[in-house]
Amino acid sequence: MDLNLKKIKDTISNAQKNKQALRIVGGDTKNFFGNKAELPLLSTSKFEGIVDYEPSELVITAKAGTKIVQVEELLRQNNQILAFEPPIFGFDSTLGGCIASGFSGPRRAYAGSARDFVLGIKMLNNVGEELQFGGQVMKNVAGYDVSRLMTGSFGTLGLILEVSLKVLPRPEHELTLTYELDEKDAINKINVWAGKALPLSGSCFIGSTLSVRLSGNTSAVNAAKQIMGGEINEDTTFWHKLRNQELEFFNKNSDLWRISLKSTTVPLELGPTLIEWNGALRWLYPNCTSDIIFEKAKKAGGHAMIFRSKIGNLTGQQQVAGDLLKLHEKLKHAMDPDNLFNPFRIHRSY
Amino acid sequence: MNIIDKIPLATQPKINKAHLVERLGKVLPNSSLLHKREELKPFECDGMTAYRKVPLVTALPETEEQVIDILKICSAEGVPVVFRGAGTGLSGGAIPCETGVLLGLSKLNKILEIDQNARFARVQPGVRNIAISEATSKHGLYYAPDPSSQIACSIGGNVAENSGGVHCLKYGLTVHNILKVRFITIDGEVLELGSDGLDSAGYDLMALITGSEGLLGVITEITVKLVPSPQIAKIALVAFDSVQNAGDAVNNIISAGIVPAGLEMMDKKATAAVEEFVKAGYPLDAEAILLCESDGTVEEVENEMLSIKEIVKKAGATEIRVAQNDAERTKFWMGRKSAFPAVGRVLPDYLCMDGTIPRKKLAFVLQKISDFSNEFNLQCANVFHAGDGNLHPLIMFDASDDDQLHRAEKFGAAILELCVEVGGSITGEHGVGIEKINQMCVQFGTEELKMFHAIKKAFDHNGLLNPGKAIPTLQRCAEFGAMHVHRGQEKFPDIPRF
Ligand SMILES: Cc1cc2nc3c(=O)[nH]c(=O)nc-3n(C[C@H](O)[C@H](O)[C@H](O)COP(=O)(O)OP(=O)(O)OC[C@H]3O[C@@H](n4cnc5c(N)ncnc54)[C@H](O)[C@@H]3O)c2cc1C
Repeated sequence: MDLNLKKIKDTISNAQKNKQALRIVGGDTKNFFGNKAELPLLSTSKFEGIVDYEPSELVITAKAGTKIVQVEELLRQNNQILAFEPPIFGFDSTLGGCIASGFSGPRRAYAGSARDFVLGIKMLNNVGEELQFGGQVMKNVAGYDVSRLMTGSFGTLGLILEVSLKVLPRPEHELTLTYELDEKDAINKINVWAGKALPLSGSCFIGSTLSVRLSGNTSAVNAAKQIMGGEINEDTTFWHKLRNQELEFFNKNSDLWRISLKSTTVPLELGPTLIEWNGALRWLYPNCTSDIIFEKAKKAGGHAMIFRSKIGNLTGQQQVAGDLLKLHEKLKHAMDPDNLFNPFRIHRSY
Repeated sequence: MNIIDKIPLATQPKINKAHLVERLGKVLPNSSLLHKREELKPFECDGMTAYRKVPLVTALPETEEQVIDILKICSAEGVPVVFRGAGTGLSGGAIPCETGVLLGLSKLNKILEIDQNARFARVQPGVRNIAISEATSKHGLYYAPDPSSQIACSIGGNVAENSGGVHCLKYGLTVHNILKVRFITIDGEVLELGSDGLDSAGYDLMALITGSEGLLGVITEITVKLVPSPQIAKIALVAFDSVQNAGDAVNNIISAGIVPAGLEMMDKKATAAVEEFVKAGYPLDAEAILLCESDGTVEEVENEMLSIKEIVKKAGATEIRVAQNDAERTKFWMGRKSAFPAVGRVLPDYLCMDGTIPRKKLAFVLQKISDFSNEFNLQCANVFHAGDGNLHPLIMFDASDDDQLHRAEKFGAAILELCVEVGGSITGEHGVGIEKINQMCVQFGTEELKMFHAIKKAFDHNGLLNPGKAIPTLQRCAEFGAMHVHRGQEKFPDIPRF
């Protein structure tokens, strides 16, 4: 057996015997997110490498510790992409961490999210046994969809060991158009476009500028440009910076909130805002109390959380309550009965 | 003896029918509560017609409150419950439990809201799949997943099975096209999973319940994503004189960076059955035909079609016919979408297999299936969602002949086990139900099955929902495993044999 794998398994079974909870880390680039308990670390970063990649099958399989930049580089050489554009918050960012967090970037509203592209996983349970769900094929409905359940669960249900992802061809051509308008008009405009057959692949509103990315074959992108007008933005690094939160907007010295809601929701008017995903994702530096944010998010059919805090507030806490919370607790107990994995990282009760 | 006889569909002690009818009668109008033998008969099977069981009672609630009341009564009385949408499922998922309630969702059939700007529709579970696209087409929007049964199957059933369709290579399965679900547990708890945004707080329970085959709870409302109707769609019908060439063409199209809206394959037997039935204009001498659709903007489609034609020509296509108008396009699709009933006319029964395989293994697998066909002495037609590696071998037989049914089951099992062997899965979109319950033991080991049972228990502590389906017990696998060897080892070594 792979020595690194053996080490991981041993750490888990020892922890299980001693009822000692663990904090799972890949590249530890998302340690700004969630409850940072002082727990012994269980690192996947040495368990790395591409397991299988056949471009014509549109599937890549790699070990959890494989760096996302390495995965993307291999895909680039074969003219393919991770279409959910996972944010990369540091060179060390790993595939396991990427899937455990389930974060998705600008293309998410058009191509799908991390969980949409997960085809299968291998994982370790609370006694260090290997389990395998899903697979390397596009369609698989045998058994419950544990692979997608694990996506975005922040390591609280088990350790992700290996992931198979669907990949897509790199679009032949991309183009960014910009428009000057106010927030309300921007939300309207982008939602109207999203309801038309146009090759959209990204949208971002900051200040008074709406940027829209088009992707597809060259003639289709050019034809869409004719319909949509606007100015061409030559800065090809814009979407990359947005994806990794490297834009100027993200530099403020206070709490950054993430609000996911119905795309057509009118401007929240709670402070400086950056809008993505046709309006369905709002990044906010609020000038109001959290109660107001939670209430507005709920009214708009969504949810809110502090994503980053430069002033020491608790981030990444999920608003789950009532019967739904009870079910979360039962599920956590079913999959991690000894509460070994990342306890309370994203919720005070699981 | 067939599969169903081996399955303890009723694991509960005898239920007092009169008492149950009386309790349910307090929460349901007479017209929603069926308990006489002749009323119950129509509910005895789903689309897998070879197997039948009559339920104790059938409840057809008209409101979500009634659904909750029924579940609370069943939970309190320890009565098993099987949900039913339109009953088109092909794996026996909606086959009733003889000692339980069949809870049909057909009367919850309203479209509650269409939000054109935010591009979603909120619907009740009994709404037919196609009715959503019909209702939203005036806004230039539609619901993308299109199972061939879409004129009949319910959207609730689609979520319960994670159904696909001929366009899911590009547009995804049900799980990719829903935003929010109202879900009720056996205890009558109402949960909202998902949100009006693109993600929700907590675990992705919406993904977990999608494809859960009525084992975790009932879906009472679904918010589906709507996508803009493409400016244009074009389809090419391509003929090949060998399956291998057709398979190569499929791989070469994908390798060239094209993701067609649809990429379907049919073999000679399937084509012949379809031609006889709907006269779609398919060539009868081809060993395999491909239907390849491109959609999007006018320019996109024009370019893509050019590339596709070039690729299939290189792969040895013997004929390429691009539909000249919408009527012809509809006719081409009509043929493919009628494949199951068309085959159903050749012999009274068919078992529709649903395995998935890595695409590169296609020619190998089809050859093996043809060998099995000789071995079991039964005809088999193949239709294939080629783009995403999902095979539908249709095994034709006459269920009134026990020996044929028995051979058909063995033939089907051999195909599914072959799919697992080449790195695929026993089911891509039709679900496990009762049909593939044994093959679950081939695809999964003890630890995975234990995890499934633990998840089930978190939702349905007493195991009242759809008992005996989808996830086999460890005992069952131990029994089955005596005959099978998995990944080179004997499976379930620690479970006692019977
Ligand atoms: C001719 C034909 C062609 C087909 N083509 C395709 C195809 O292309 N792609 C594909 O994926 N499938 C296809 N199918 C299979 C079938 O149509 C799908 O599985 C469909 O989603 C079943 O929907 P239904 O409403 O008929 O569900 P049912 O058969 O009534 O039920 C299916 C399962 O879902 C459960 N269920 C139903 N409703 C609910 C609910 N509201 N809440 C919880 N559980 C529920 C049931 O208990 C059962 O386990 C085809 C079937 C036929 C007969």
